[in-house]
Amino acid sequence: MNDTNETLRRTPLFDEHVKLGGRIVPFAGFEMPVQYKGITEEHLAVRTRAGMFDVSHMGELLLTGEHAGAVVDYLITSDASKLGDGQAMYTCGCNEQGTILDDLLVYRHTADKWMVVCNASNHAKMSEHFRKAALNHCEFRDETFDTALVALQGPKAYDILAKVGGDGPELAKLPSFNLRPAVLAGAKTTVARTGYTGEDGCEIFIENKDAVKVWSAIMEAGQAFGISPAGLGCRDTLRLEARLSLYGNDIDETTNPLEAGLAWIVKLDKASDFLGKAALIKIKEQGLKRKIAGFEMVGRGIARHGYPLLDMQGKPVGVCTSGSPSPTLNKNIGLGYLPTEMTKIGTQFKVDCRGKAVDAVVVKVPFYKRAS
Amino acid sequence: MSNLEFPSDRRYTKDHEWARKDGQEILVGVSAFAVEQLGDITLVNVDVKVGDSVEVGKSFGTIESVKTLSDMFAPVSGKITKINEALNDKPELINEDCNKTWMVAIAPSNPAEFEALLDQAAYAAHVKASAH
Repeated sequence: MNDTNETLRRTPLFDEHVKLGGRIVPFAGFEMPVQYKGITEEHLAVRTRAGMFDVSHMGELLLTGEHAGAVVDYLITSDASKLGDGQAMYTCGCNEQGTILDDLLVYRHTADKWMVVCNASNHAKMSEHFRKAALNHCEFRDETFDTALVALQGPKAYDILAKVGGDGPELAKLPSFNLRPAVLAGAKTTVARTGYTGEDGCEIFIENKDAVKVWSAIMEAGQAFGISPAGLGCRDTLRLEARLSLYGNDIDETTNPLEAGLAWIVKLDKASDFLGKAALIKIKEQGLKRKIAGFEMVGRGIARHGYPLLDMQGKPVGVCTSGSPSPTLNKNIGLGYLPTEMTKIGTQFKVDCRGKAVDAVVVKVPFYKRAS
Repeated sequence: MSNLEFPSDRRYTKDHEWARKDGQEILVGVSAFAVEQLGDITLVNVDVKVGDSVEVGKSFGTIESVKTLSDMFAPVSGKITKINEALNDKPELINEDCNKTWMVAIAPSNPAEFEALLDQAAYAAHVKASAH
């Protein structure tokens, strides 16, 4: 443990996590809080009130210049030309084989200023990927280690921001998947109405030097609304209920976006070429042998990442990619790859929970959807 | 950390089970340190039945929290005499009071095994060391 600790980074909010009683674990090269009071409590705080996450470990890649949009567009499966100024979208980047390098959020500040947010676990890979593609076409800057990122999520998020002051009261007007500059606690930030929890909320990009100031102001304003600091533990349970993919679990370089349930971000008909397009067209033509499905445990057992999925005769036919108790639904839920013919809702199968075959059934996803 | 309670009326394993003599039986549970590490406990799987033999140091089931799964190891060898069925529906009883909530009872076959377990002071020192 001590050997690896020396190479781990801390976000500018590390001391805040320690003060709040966060349990710190190594994650993707950072020392991050996995929980403060408890995963279930923090999970329910986000669903019913608000939770604040430090996600400063995520990567921020900035591409600027006349051709920045074209460079981004070539590296993603969705159509970047559909974005206007101040708009963001969820997408992924594939390699030439059509499998997933990373899932991404792409932000268009202006026609010549684009930001890509990638997973911390893929940061080095994606930074290199975008840097190379930008060569001779546009400017590239990796701002990851200069930028703090705070996610405020939950039904009270915008009430809290209004109380923070500055531009906070204006932010409730920001449409979903839009972004804008905003002064909060005297600091210049960028606020995007995005998140990874299935709740309303926002993600706030802050210069490192201002991170504690903004975090503290939100935490203080949030007290009256029952805000809780929220760790990576509940981030995972929240995203799973909302059926949002986790790189390294549900998607990776062995999976393509079509089988991963991400066909909605693959625009095979976009006018421009993109990396992986030809392979994905072929994959689509050949038909999918397997697909990711959401399931609920029927028997007593919790599916976990890597557990084999069995047909009713007990033959291994797939693998669980994510599994957990669902604090909102009080059920044990999961995602996993199954043969396409077994992904119909209501299909029964079994999960091999360390040698015990436990009944499960394919259900509709998302497992949880907030009332709109 | 400091407010974890390790009662002195029982012994402990290095894997954070506790074992308490109750007449001829030994009740087995998990320590407050284990519970703190696990977090919200959501499932207890006892893989043995009443009458089964268990061997010291071997897994007799698993305990699962939201994030993780951990084996439970028999602190002593012997025959299973009771299983706490209440945990099937209410695993959270362990979070509520882990020092009262036992998982199984064992009729020990070798009393020396119990004596070899850690006493409160030795266990507290072990916890301190494993939490660096």
